[in-house]
Amino acid sequence: MIKVENLYKSFDDLAVLQNIDTTINHGEVVAVIGPSGSGKSTLLRCMNLLETPTEGHIWIDGEDLTIPSTNILKVRQKIGMVFQHFHLFPHMKVIDNLTYAPMTVKGLSKNEAEVSADKLLAQVGLSDKKDAYPNSLSGGQKQRVAIARALAMEPELMLFDEPTSALDPEMVKEVLDVIKSLADSGMTMVVVTHEMGFAKEVADRIIFMDYGQIVEESKPEDFFSSAKTDRARGFLDKVL
Amino acid sequence: MNLDFSQVVPYIPFILEGIWVTLGFVIVAIIIGFFIGALVALVKISHVKFLRQLADLYTSIFRGTPLILQLMIVYYGIPQLLEYDISPFLAAILTFGLNSSAYVSEIVRAGIQAVDKGQLEAAQALGIPYRQTMVKIILPQAMKNILPALMNEFITLTKESAIVSVINYLDLMRRARVVGADLYSPLEPLIIVGVIYYMMVMVLTMLGKLLERRLRKSD
Repeated sequence: MIKVENLYKSFDDLAVLQNIDTTINHGEVVAVIGPSGSGKSTLLRCMNLLETPTEGHIWIDGEDLTIPSTNILKVRQKIGMVFQHFHLFPHMKVIDNLTYAPMTVKGLSKNEAEVSADKLLAQVGLSDKKDAYPNSLSGGQKQRVAIARALAMEPELMLFDEPTSALDPEMVKEVLDVIKSLADSGMTMVVVTHEMGFAKEVADRIIFMDYGQIVEESKPEDFFSSAKTDRARGFLDKVL
Repeated sequence: MNLDFSQVVPYIPFILEGIWVTLGFVIVAIIIGFFIGALVALVKISHVKFLRQLADLYTSIFRGTPLILQLMIVYYGIPQLLEYDISPFLAAILTFGLNSSAYVSEIVRAGIQAVDKGQLEAAQALGIPYRQTMVKIILPQAMKNILPALMNEFITLTKESAIVSVINYLDLMRRARVVGADLYSPLEPLIIVGVIYYMMVMVLTMLGKLLERRLRKSD
C-alpha cells in the first residue's frame, strides 16, 4: 500500500529524515513512536506530500508521489489525514465540514454527501452536533469530527498525526476508541502517537524513530517487552 | 452671523441628485477595487517570484503617487495617447478602482497570511484544488479578520471620491461648488454636502458592523 524508499528530508541544513525505508501493507495498523523531534510527523506528512521529500521515493498503491507527473490531488483523495490540532473549517457547520470535500472533489450531490455524513457522525457519536459550528465543540468532539471529515472521502488509508496530543486527558479515550474501531474495521492506518498503551493494543507493528531514522521496527509485543536497541529501551524507560 | 440656508432650497434636488452620482461610481470602484485587490493579493502569495514582484510594483505605484494625479493622468492621458475620449465616469471608476485595489491587496494579503496554515494543509489533505481552497476555505476566514480594515478603506474611498470634481464630474462635491458659485455664497452648499458625506459614511459603517456580526456567527 505504502512503500517508502531511501527517503531523505532536510529543512535548509537540518536533516530531519535520513535513509527511511519501510513498507506498509494493506489493512496494517502501524504506530510510529519516538522522542519529540525524531521526525515522526515529518515522515507521516511526506506520505501525502504535505512535506516534499528532499530525496527518495514514496509509492502509494504503486504511484510514485515524488515524480511531478503524479496527480497529487488524486492520490490525496485516497489518503485521509487527522491532525493534532484538528484543523476543522471554523466557518462551516459540522455537517458542511464533512460534505464540502466529497461534493467539491468527488462531485457527490448534496444529498448523497449528507447521507454519508450523517452515517459517519453517528459512527463517531456526534449526530446531535451536525448543525453546530466547530468552535462550540470540545477538543475530543472536534477530533472526532475531524476523523469523520477524513472518512467522508472514503479513503483507503488514514494518517494520524498525534491525534490525542492536544486533548485534555479526559477526552483522549473517546478519540482513541474511534480510532480503535476504525482499526478493527480493517482500515490501513499509520498513527504517530505518544499513547504507548494504545500503540501496544491497536498496532500490528511499531516503528520506533530517533534522530530522523527508523531505529527499530517490530511487533508491539516484542517491542514493548524486549526492544532490540539501546535507544528504544532508553526511550521506553522514560515513557513507561 | 451671515449664514442663510434658505437660499439653497431651490438647489436641493440638484444637490441630492449628486448622491446617486457619487454613490454610483463609488460602489463600482469599491467592487473593482475589491476583486482586483483580492486577485493581486493571491499573486502576492503565489510561488512565482516574477509575478510577486510585478504585484509589489503595482501596489507601490498606486500607493506612491497622489490619487488626484492618477485621476488626471487617466482622464487627460488616455485621450492624448489612445485618442479615446474617456468619460469622467469611466476615468473615475478606473482610477479609484485600481487605486483602491492596491490598498485592498495589502489588506487581503495580510488577512490570508493570518489564517492558520493548518487550514491550507487540511484542505490539501482532502484533495481540494487550490482555487476552491482559497475561495471557500481561506478567503472567508481571512475576510472575517480584515473586515474592519476593509471598511476603513471603503470609507476612505467614499470621502476621497470628492476629488473627481477636478475632472468636471458632477458629483456631490462639484454640485456644491456649482451652487456656491451661482449664489455667490459657497459655505451653505458645502455644509450641506458635508452632512450628506457624513451620513453616507455612517450608513457604510453600519453595514460593516452588520456584516461583521453575520460573519461572527460561527464563533
